[in-house]
Amino acid sequence: MASFPAILRSEWTKIRSVRSTVWTLLLAFLVTAALGALLSLLTKNNFEDFRKGASAPFDATATSFAGIMLGEIAMIVFGVLAIGNEYSTGMIRVSLAAVPQRGTLLTGKAMVIGGLALLVSLVTAFVTFFLGQALLGGHRTTIGSPDVLRAVLGAAVYLTLLCLFSAGVTVMLRSQTLALGVLVPFFFLLSPILSAVPKVKTVAHYFPDYAGRQMIAVFQAPSEPYGWLAGFFICAGWTLLALLGGAMVLRSRDA
Amino acid sequence: MIELHELTKRYGAKTAVDHLTFTVRQGVVTGFLGPNGAGKSTTMRMILDLDRPTSGRVSIDGKGYGHLSEPLKYIGALLEAKAVHPGRTARDHLLWLAQSNRISTRRVDEVLAQVGLTEVANQRSRGFSLGMSQRLGIASALLGDPEILMFDEPVNGLDPEGILWIRNLMKRLAAEGRTVFVSSHLMSEMALTAEHLVVIGRGKLLADLPMAQFIEQNSRSSVRLRTPHPEQLLDALARQSITAEPGPEGSWEVPDGDAAGLGELAAAHGITLHELSPQRASLEEAFMQMTADSVEYHVDGTGAPLTGTTVPGAGPDWGADWRRPSKQKGSD
Repeated sequence: MASFPAILRSEWTKIRSVRSTVWTLLLAFLVTAALGALLSLLTKNNFEDFRKGASAPFDATATSFAGIMLGEIAMIVFGVLAIGNEYSTGMIRVSLAAVPQRGTLLTGKAMVIGGLALLVSLVTAFVTFFLGQALLGGHRTTIGSPDVLRAVLGAAVYLTLLCLFSAGVTVMLRSQTLALGVLVPFFFLLSPILSAVPKVKTVAHYFPDYAGRQMIAVFQAPSEPYGWLAGFFICAGWTLLALLGGAMVLRSRDA
Repeated sequence: MIELHELTKRYGAKTAVDHLTFTVRQGVVTGFLGPNGAGKSTTMRMILDLDRPTSGRVSIDGKGYGHLSEPLKYIGALLEAKAVHPGRTARDHLLWLAQSNRISTRRVDEVLAQVGLTEVANQRSRGFSLGMSQRLGIASALLGDPEILMFDEPVNGLDPEGILWIRNLMKRLAAEGRTVFVSSHLMSEMALTAEHLVVIGRGKLLADLPMAQFIEQNSRSSVRLRTPHPEQLLDALARQSITAEPGPEGSWEVPDGDAAGLGELAAAHGITLHELSPQRASLEEAFMQMTADSVEYHVDGTGAPLTGTTVPGAGPDWGADWRRPSKQKGSD
């Protein structure tokens, strides 16, 4: 058996030595924080307009994470690139020749990708939260308020899970372009649209992104079918499924 | 030692590799020859456990590739030169490979120097020429200092300098006692480097023999004579009990003939000769005859004979006269 720490070290070298993967992570951070800050500022300045007729309590935390819709796309792209560039270049054969234990290789890959994504997501989540709260002025909340810390950590977990989900799907599709072509429209267009269509939305509410975003809500809206914990399990379930599917494809198919 | 036993690979109805059984012996260069599409690359991918055989098995030093721990220390392979991330530097590419098999990072700089890439080690491989990529691929094969090396068409697309470099490298590796298994679709290339020869066509084993034996069996020599007085010539030859066979365009060929002796014989009888030339069947032709039935892609309409007679002017430097009509698909 190949040494597992050696695989981790090798996968880490792969990720850090390519610019595109590093850039997408930076982009995920910038987009989430900047857009969150902008929307927090807008909310503060137009608070009365925005809250007109709202019955649910104001969620200052969720407001600061309003930019996560774009940040998650960057995270998804990172997950796809980190795996997909091996397929687009044919390097996957070199990787498998070096580590023929395919399941072990994928586990190592997922751990390095997930670990790095979690680290960046945590920084992103906390910076975004504190920046947003600072800009919300009098409407801000604090990290010590009930469920707020959980929501901030939830945002980080959400980004990480989506990244790993995308990585798993990319292994299944064995193609970077195909994975981007499927995942980006799905998360950017299809899922948001479907979750607004009557009847269809009951299904769309169990998609990984919709479920995962429940983790970021401090208050559970009465219209939501389940709470943050269920949301976590649904999103994590999708991720696990994608990675297992990827492992199955990787083990059974010719490279 | 690489052992293949009844190795078979089918893609749907198409059989790419058909019950291949042979052994790649230790310490020599074994040439793996076949036309494009014969199944050479598929066989090599199965040796590395990248493609799974439909049936049969392959082992390296008695073990399946998947059971080797840190396989780069046993067998180094170059399959595709361009299988590197274009945005990664040459050194980083070798570094991750080294780390995955716990090879000391010192080896990275050693192999970079060995293939002459030290100066561009910190450049991204995007700008590398095919020759440089090939060198990087060979560096990664050498990284684990393995006993067995496997190269798939290493000279494809290289300039003469690069080809010479690879030839010398393979000889040097074999001289160090390593096992070298190298594929090619060019007989001439193999004749220069390989000691043993495995020929396949359409996935089937066609020959498995020492190179010397192949040369001996296939490099028939003859002397070609052309004269305006063939009857007189044949009479003179018959009197010396020399047999002549009809050659192309009204010429006559004497198998294993001695050009000087035949010239003197003609002079003694006052026969005018228009041609007196030693002929040698090229190994390339012998290879083409052997694989003629198994060539995958014939050019439509040309009907060019693959068997053909000796190419005029083919000197002892066989293989220089690669005359097959261009029917290669890019690579197999």
